[in-house]
Amino acid sequence: MKILHVTGLNITDRKTSKSLVVNSSFELKEGDCLAIAGESGSGKSLTCRAIMRLNKPELKQTGSILYNGEDLNLLSSQAMRSMRGKQLCYIPQNGMTAFDPTCVVGVHLHETLAQHFSWNKSERITAITRAVESVALKQPVELMNKYPHELSGGMLQRIMIALALILEPKLIIADEPTTALDAISQYEVIEQLKALRQRLNCSMMIVSHDLGVIKKLADQVLIMKDGSIIERGPKHSIFTEAKHNYTKTLVSSKLLLADHFNQLMREDATC
Amino acid sequence: MRRVFSNLWQDKLGSLSLIIIAATMLAGIGASLIAPHDPEKVDMSLRYASSTWQYWLGNDHLGRCILSRLIYGIRPSLLAVLLALAVSVGIGGVLGYIAGYFKGMIDKLIMRICDVMLSFPGYVMTLAIIGILGVGLENILIAFVMMKWAWFARIIRTSVMQYTDAGYIKYALATGMHPVKLMWKHILPVTFADIAVIASSAISSMILQISGFSFLGLGIQAPKPEWGMMMNEAREVMFTRPELMLVPGLAIIILVSAFNFFSDALQIALNPKLMSAKHKVMRRSHTWKFKRGFRMPKKEAA
Amino acid sequence: MGIYIVKRLLICIPLLVIISFITFIFTYLSPLEPVELILRAQGVPTITNELIEQTKIELGLDQPFFIQYWNWLISCLQLELGISYITGKPVWTLVGPAFLNTLKLTLASSIVIIVFSILLGIVTALREGKGLDLSVRGVSFLLTAMPSYWVAALLIWYFSVKLDLLPTSGMDGMSSYILPVIVMTMSYAGIYFRTIRSAMINQLNSDYVLYGRACGLQERTITLHMLRNSMQVAISIFCMAIPIILGSTVVIENVFAWPGLGTLTVKSILGRDFPIIQAYVLLLAVAFVLFNTISDILNATLNPKLRQGL
Repeated sequence: MKILHVTGLNITDRKTSKSLVVNSSFELKEGDCLAIAGESGSGKSLTCRAIMRLNKPELKQTGSILYNGEDLNLLSSQAMRSMRGKQLCYIPQNGMTAFDPTCVVGVHLHETLAQHFSWNKSERITAITRAVESVALKQPVELMNKYPHELSGGMLQRIMIALALILEPKLIIADEPTTALDAISQYEVIEQLKALRQRLNCSMMIVSHDLGVIKKLADQVLIMKDGSIIERGPKHSIFTEAKHNYTKTLVSSKLLLADHFNQLMREDATC
Repeated sequence: MRRVFSNLWQDKLGSLSLIIIAATMLAGIGASLIAPHDPEKVDMSLRYASSTWQYWLGNDHLGRCILSRLIYGIRPSLLAVLLALAVSVGIGGVLGYIAGYFKGMIDKLIMRICDVMLSFPGYVMTLAIIGILGVGLENILIAFVMMKWAWFARIIRTSVMQYTDAGYIKYALATGMHPVKLMWKHILPVTFADIAVIASSAISSMILQISGFSFLGLGIQAPKPEWGMMMNEAREVMFTRPELMLVPGLAIIILVSAFNFFSDALQIALNPKLMSAKHKVMRRSHTWKFKRGFRMPKKEAA
Repeated sequence: MGIYIVKRLLICIPLLVIISFITFIFTYLSPLEPVELILRAQGVPTITNELIEQTKIELGLDQPFFIQYWNWLISCLQLELGISYITGKPVWTLVGPAFLNTLKLTLASSIVIIVFSILLGIVTALREGKGLDLSVRGVSFLLTAMPSYWVAALLIWYFSVKLDLLPTSGMDGMSSYILPVIVMTMSYAGIYFRTIRSAMINQLNSDYVLYGRACGLQERTITLHMLRNSMQVAISIFCMAIPIILGSTVVIENVFAWPGLGTLTVKSILGRDFPIIQAYVLLLAVAFVLFNTISDILNATLNPKLRQGL
């Protein structure tokens, strides 16, 4: 069962007529996790935002984006808005800027839940508390009353994952979930994303340039370069039997780094 | 400079404004040559006459030629304002340079003085200074200069501080260049852009304020012509002959608008990055193509 | 938060002292001898040197400088601002009611200006580049190039004389507020709405707007968030706008014959009545400092990060 089927997605800048994403086509099976990898500027984030129809109005997107058979590109903005959050959930990269800096974090959560569910305040608080505790964060009620700048990047990412838990969407798109985080927070967030997928049994799309993250979370992988998909396939085939030169470069440079790290660790251990 | 002018020229509205401003200034300087009649000549038989071939804009309540008064009025309304602007930019500029360049105690001292000056509401203090010194055009200009220099000093200081921190300035100093020569050759040209933009945007409010003071009777005294004062005189007959109010008013509107457009255009011409930033400039109704291939200013031989 | 407020208020005090000092020395800056001025204004026919000396002692102008300053300061705090040179009446009886009238006009204008600026700012930011935005900006551009008294005269001519809808001048009730407030709004809303507009436009590209939309929030909710973030910039501008409007009602009061502080001051300037000018400067400078402080405190309330700034 295909939950997402993108055909011929083209994103162009209206002002400069430059093509940013060229003829992208891919599909996502229900329950699978698709990872999009590539360097900065390869069009990964643009593709994800295009699915959510969140790109700037200066960017024109054409092609068909079939979600459960329905073309998202053809929906009215009202209809699209009701899909966002409930059916399709987007988790942005930088938690620090994703929340309104002048409001406490809880405000956004309450507003989102009020938009999608007809719960009263205490029901919302119960749901939020439960979700925040399940992403391994302590003292949920106090946490909700903190401003974004008072929390760490890792905590904010996990709060966004908690929100996705409550919303129970069918498709979650995580845009570079670990890029803005330190190594320990990265580990925690990856674990939470794995748990999220298990609990909700949803489909996921992860954008990352970190092959380590992709190895842990993904089933299928797309490699993008300069706006086009240059390689696709199941995870293991990308890592071991890459066909395109670029993919081979990506994988081998990552392996080099990992090998070097392991070597250092071994040297340390023998000292 | 050549590049600035070529950029400016591409902005049709900006060039038009520059032409209007230049024409007005010339008309003011050469008023005695251009004005058809003596602006102060009273002729009671011509009271409130409407426009005729001899008197293009008609006559005012004392039979004086409105057109001539308008032209002679350029001198206090525009030229005097430009003079006041030049003096306050001059004082503010010198002090701002010294503060921004030498920093340390001098900077702190000058900035403290500026802070105190700026913590007073400008309009109020101008009224107070006029109150002390008495009415008259010279006193208004002195009041203006006294209030405005602090503002210019502060902005110029920030601009100078930005540029003096650049690496090439330190290098030039290290090679033994004299500070004054350094200021003249290297810092002045780059800060000139900022100064020009600030000055041109300040001038509109200065013109409006000075005409406002004259309107209240605090500025130039009768019988000398000035646009604000002409409107004050037209107030008596505002209800019966509103057209006497219209002419000087339109003159001010056109001149102030021209300065506003010019200031915008200058800002863009001096900073090409703003050409693509849509919301940074207040009015933009079309895009400009930034012409490549301009000639770089000749570098002086070291 | 409380500590911040106290600290901020404390900084006011030295500033107020300096302001009062500078205001005090005003009379001494005049090229004319103050006593002569008083006597001339009172219409005394022959001014001899003995008369000058006598009046000096009467008015306490022969005492050392700082003692005069001290006495003056104490009496100011008791709202005894001296005697008007021309009318001989205590300054406060003239300035007090006039100040109240000006304050009423200022408050009415400020409220309308702020409301209009916010509305126009939001609307033009959301419709950036489209017809509404361009026409509003075009019109406001023209309006700010017009001298306010010119616009006032035209409006009076049209609405009061031709249509006979509104009073031409004076302060006789609610309808006489309408024209002056309209003129003030035309002059100032055109400037202030741009601040809101550019602040909102800056917010349009923020991450929180993206995330809000991604979570399916309504545009209305997101606009309120953007406004909240834009308000920081706007608050300080609006707070400072109020004393500026207070000062620049002078011209409008003149055109509409509004019995306010501006009219009084202009008369005093023409008549060289220094105590009133002094009182005017003092009142407005104090208002200026006060509003500056309030705006800083409001800013700190809205933006928690600023509270550590002091």
